[in-house]
Amino acid sequence: MGVFVSFLSGAVRLGTTFLYGSTGETLTEKSGHLNLGIPGIMCFGALGGCIGVSMVGSVPVLTVLVAIIFSFCFAGLLGLLYSFLTVTLRCNQNVTGLTITTFGVGCTNHFISQVNTSSFSRASTHFTNLFTFHENLGWFGELFLSYGIMVYLAIAIAILASLFLTKTKKGLYLRAVGENPATADAAGISVTAYRYVATIIGSGIAGLGGLFYIMDYLTGSWEYTIDAMGWLSIALVIFTVWKPNFGILGSFLFGGLYILANYVAVSFAMMNILKMIPFFVTIVVLIVTSIVGKKETQPPASLGLNYFREER
Amino acid sequence: MEKQTALELKGISKYFGSVVANKNVNLSVFKNEILSLLGENGSGKTTLMNMISGIYFPDEGQIFIDGEEVIIRSPKDAFKYKIGMIHQHFKLVDVFSAAENVVLGIDDGEKYNIKQVNSRVREIAEKYGFEIDPQKKIHEMSVSEKQTVEIIKVLYRGADILILDEPTAVLTPQEIKKLFGVLRKMREDGKSIIIITHKLNEVMEISDRVAILRKGEYIGTVNTAETNEKQLTEMMVGKKVELKIERVKTDFDRPLLELRDLIIKKDDGSTAIDGVNFYIRGGEILGVAGVAGCGQKELCEAIAGLRKLESGFIMHKGESIVGLPPKEIIKKGIAMSFIPEDRLGMGLVPSFSITDNMMLKTYGEGKSPFVNRKSARERANGLIERLEIVTPSTETPVRRLSGGNVQKVLVGREIESSPNVIVTAYPVRGLDINSSYAIYDILNEQKKNGVGILFIGEDLDVMLALCDKIMVLCHGKNMGIVHAEKTTKEQLGLMMTGALDLNEQKKDKVFGKAKDSNLTEEQWSAAEERAEAEKEFKEKSDD
Repeated sequence: MGVFVSFLSGAVRLGTTFLYGSTGETLTEKSGHLNLGIPGIMCFGALGGCIGVSMVGSVPVLTVLVAIIFSFCFAGLLGLLYSFLTVTLRCNQNVTGLTITTFGVGCTNHFISQVNTSSFSRASTHFTNLFTFHENLGWFGELFLSYGIMVYLAIAIAILASLFLTKTKKGLYLRAVGENPATADAAGISVTAYRYVATIIGSGIAGLGGLFYIMDYLTGSWEYTIDAMGWLSIALVIFTVWKPNFGILGSFLFGGLYILANYVAVSFAMMNILKMIPFFVTIVVLIVTSIVGKKETQPPASLGLNYFREER
Repeated sequence: MEKQTALELKGISKYFGSVVANKNVNLSVFKNEILSLLGENGSGKTTLMNMISGIYFPDEGQIFIDGEEVIIRSPKDAFKYKIGMIHQHFKLVDVFSAAENVVLGIDDGEKYNIKQVNSRVREIAEKYGFEIDPQKKIHEMSVSEKQTVEIIKVLYRGADILILDEPTAVLTPQEIKKLFGVLRKMREDGKSIIIITHKLNEVMEISDRVAILRKGEYIGTVNTAETNEKQLTEMMVGKKVELKIERVKTDFDRPLLELRDLIIKKDDGSTAIDGVNFYIRGGEILGVAGVAGCGQKELCEAIAGLRKLESGFIMHKGESIVGLPPKEIIKKGIAMSFIPEDRLGMGLVPSFSITDNMMLKTYGEGKSPFVNRKSARERANGLIERLEIVTPSTETPVRRLSGGNVQKVLVGREIESSPNVIVTAYPVRGLDINSSYAIYDILNEQKKNGVGILFIGEDLDVMLALCDKIMVLCHGKNMGIVHAEKTTKEQLGLMMTGALDLNEQKKDKVFGKAKDSNLTEEQWSAAEERAEAEKEFKEKSDD
């Protein structure tokens, strides 16, 4: 029982990283932007957050707040760059995305060495402990209340994003932009504005995933594995058929599959194969949805395509 | 009653690069009126309407609404002035419901309440006599239902001026009747309606006045009650222009390519070619006339083996080529060059050089795994010399050449493979006079060599001068095949718009079936029986 609960809570904690990434990427993709820069953007978000922590690391609440704001802004900046390249300069989205990934990862790896990381493990306690009373509640406490603030924030953001997309006018417009920008344009919706804003906010949210991964999941020790989390987040978007509310459970499932190897006694080679399961599952989902062919489970129709009004 | 002007255009011009889309157009629409906008392909009707609805911005001229000058920079501005356009290609989001599409882009400050929208959509539908389920998803709808959604979309926004771009092109006669009923109700309701159509009988039936455009220029407006189809056609196509295109006299051979009972569908499932028969002899140029989107593209693709036939036969020298892969069809000597609107599309790779483009159709020859660029370069050089293609070298990407030279490369390469049938669609599209003549010369030379040519064209004057026979398509149907020497531009115009159907005039004659066919009647009927049996077999195995 104890092992099982700790496995589940571990899955939730790692899954939260994916949840940030996939919620951000879903919002971006709903606007028609296939942003393959997410791994780089998550690295950049982590870098921004870490710079924030190194500045005000000793003050509990302020640390978290500043780290989140820094992380969001750093990641959003790359989102802005992506939008500028694809919307304003009409660059190819795939190439731009991969460039952003390379740029973000490289930049982060370079600059993190300039950041004083000595205070991180102490600062990470501000992230990991939200409720202190969960220890008295047994397995229930560990499963539901043992997490840091950013886990709950991720779930809240995912639910809000889901409500935004399905229940608000702006959400409807955003989906229209991603499905058929010419139609949205003819209806008087600014395709440019929606794509910029959705990509910047989406990137910002994804960037928080990087911060969470370092400060909460790894409790303040820097690792060069954030970009791997980024790729899994993009896979998760497909897995959840572009629905942020599915993403909550989907991300925990991915988290569980990813850490499964640590809980079963297998050889080193087998461990790596187990870690591939999320990608395998994503391929299965892709195959199933394309066989079923329901319009509602397909990606936004103009995903990856740039829009230019006077093109004829 | 004094008529009130709802919309007025003064001196509107629009250029795309060096192409003149509209030049000095003046137009006015009254309230309580249906105005038809008539014109040939590329006469700038849609461009003009796009300027009113804010998709394009005019280069010159003024727009007045209710007597006041306005500037329309975007579709949003157009809504502000209560202008709504129903595009030929529907602008709808497939995965959204009707109501969700209707509410797109409306910023009235109201809370988003889809139930309220649903009931308002139903209200509008009832008022004008539509039938619609607001919750139905667009991708589950038929074409006419989609059109209904488009119309409700602009009515929901309170549009007073409605523009419909070829609304009847995709509808069945019953649906057209219904649509016209709705339009009349709107007219009574005080709205102004502009309807673009090619069909003269519809113009006569629905409109109060007709405005005519020709080659981007405004020709005039006439009251429908005071005109007839003949006068409208004359205004639309203009007087015949004498062109000095040589029509080479050749001895016709037996039919090379015979097509019978063709039925071909478009991508969206609607019928593109509907039961068409025709044949091409060696040493003959058969022209195909028709307004845009009458199945020309689908016909080309079917002959080249790129599109499946629903049913029908394509016989090349008496042998069926239906179902053969494109490569086999090329081997048989059937070459196709299709110049689409954007001119580069089908046939050439824009970023490849002339040499590399030359190799695209011959890469399969030779045993070596390496490409033989040397011989391709020689052929490219020969082509450049013979057709006087202006290019810095054989290695310049085709995309950097001017339009005329690109088309010479394309047509030239098709000839290079010494085909016996050439299918060419719009080979002179967008070319200046000299380049056009160069292309005509190439075709005539091939004709002399006994090649059968299918020439799908736009300019009736050219077709009358160049072709031996002309087949006229109207909405996928063959309206008749006429000898170019014996016909007039007016007759072709009437046939293109569906006002004249030679099949009805000469009921005993079947157009497009050669008397000296390569196959005997028994062989044809045997082929038909075989196709029948195959179809039945397929249906059975599908169950």
